[in-house]
Amino acid sequence: MTAPAAAETRCAQAWDVLGTVLDPEVPALSVRDLGIVRDVIEHDDRLEVVLTPTYSGCPATEVIEHDVLAAIDLAGLGPAYVTLQRAPAWTTDWISADGRRKLSEYGIAPPGPASADGTVPIRFFGRRVDAVACPRCGSSNTERLSAFGSTACKAMYRCVSCREPFEHFKPI
Amino acid sequence: MQASIAIESTPAVQYLLRLGDTCLILGQRIAEWSGHAPILEEDIALSNMALDLIGQARAVLTHAGRIEGLGHDEDQLAFLRDEKDYRNLTLVELPRGDFAFTVLRNAMVATLMKLLWERLRDSSDAELAGIAGKAVKEARYHQQHAADWVVRLGDGTEESRRRIEAALADLWRYTPEMFESDAVDEAAAAAGLGPRWSELEAPWRAEMRTILDEAALVEPKEAAFRSTGKKGVHTEHMGYILAEMQHLQRSFPGGVW
Repeated sequence: MTAPAAAETRCAQAWDVLGTVLDPEVPALSVRDLGIVRDVIEHDDRLEVVLTPTYSGCPATEVIEHDVLAAIDLAGLGPAYVTLQRAPAWTTDWISADGRRKLSEYGIAPPGPASADGTVPIRFFGRRVDAVACPRCGSSNTERLSAFGSTACKAMYRCVSCREPFEHFKPI
Repeated sequence: MQASIAIESTPAVQYLLRLGDTCLILGQRIAEWSGHAPILEEDIALSNMALDLIGQARAVLTHAGRIEGLGHDEDQLAFLRDEKDYRNLTLVELPRGDFAFTVLRNAMVATLMKLLWERLRDSSDAELAGIAGKAVKEARYHQQHAADWVVRLGDGTEESRRRIEAALADLWRYTPEMFESDAVDEAAAAAGLGPRWSELEAPWRAEMRTILDEAALVEPKEAAFRSTGKKGVHTEHMGYILAEMQHLQRSFPGGVW
C-alpha cells in the first residue's frame, strides 16, 4: 500500500485505507480484494462508502461496516457513512487476482468462474464434484467432504494426493 | 408486555410478507437443528442455510415495511405481529420432524424459492429485484444440497427409504397452497411486482419430479386437503414457534444486545 500523497484526493486516500481493512471471516483478504467496495463518493464534508453484501445472511456484514468506518476515521478522512447496494449482486468473479493469490497462500482454494446467471440444471453428485486444485500441493485429485464450511461462502474439501483437508471458496 | 402492531395489508404488502415470512419461519425451523443434526457437516449446512434464509427475510421485511409506509422496521414486523398477520406457507411452520422430513421440506421450498427469485429478478420494484439477484444464488445451492439428500435417503438403506417415504406422504399435501393464486397475486402480476405463484407450478413439478425420480420415489396423488397459511390462517404449530421467536421482544420491548 502506498502512502497517500498530499495531492491525492480524499476518495483515493479512502480507497487506499480500504485496502487495509480485512474481512473478519477470511482475514487474508481486504474488503477491496473481496470486491465488495462498489464506490467511494464525497458529499461535501461526508464520505459515502458503498458496499455490497456477499451473502444475504452473512454475519460479517455489520462487522465490516464498523471496521470500514473505524479505519476511515482513524486515517482522519471522516466523517463517513456506509450504504449497502444489492444490485448488481456480488459474485466471486469480483475477487481480485491479488485476492485469489492471497486466498491460495492462506490455504483456501480460490473460486473458479461463477456460472452464467441463467437456469442451472439440478445435478446429482458424489464427492468429486468440480476439479478444485489443492492449495497445498496443487493436485486436482480432491474430493468434497461437506457442501458448507465454517462460513456460508466456503465448502470443505480433502486432497486425495497429499491427504490434507482444505476449504474452498465457492463460486457464486 | 409489548402490544402487537397492526398491519396495513395492501396486496403488495401481503405479497412481500408471503415471501419474507416463508423465508423467516423456515429459517427459524431449520435453525432448531443447530447442535442437533445427525452429523457435524449437516449441522453446519443447516445453520448456514438458516442464516441465508433469515438474511433474505430481513431484506424482504425491511422492504415490506417501507412499502407499507407506517414506519415498521424488520424487527417490528418479525417480532410484533400476531399470528393472523403472518403470511408464510403452512408447510414451513410444521415441526421439524426427523432429518428426512427436514431435507425433503428444504428441497420443496428451495425449489419454489429458486423459481420465484429467478422471476423476481425482473420485478418492476428495483429493491426487490436486487434482493432476488442475491437470493437466487443461495436458493440454488440450498436446492442442490437438499436434493442430494433426498436422493441419498431414497436410494439408501431400508430405514432411510422408510423415513423419506413417510416424509413425502406427510408433506406432499401442503404443495397445492404454493400454487393457489388470488387477488394478491393478480395485483402483483398487474403491477409487475412479481409472478403469480401459480405460474411456478409447472416448472416446480418438473424439477421435483427429476429429484423424486432420481431418488426412486413415487409422487403421491393429490389430496383434497388445502392449507391456508398464506392467508393468515395457520396450524396450531404457529403459535408455539412465534412464542419462542417473539418472547424476548414481547417481554423486553426494544431490547438490544
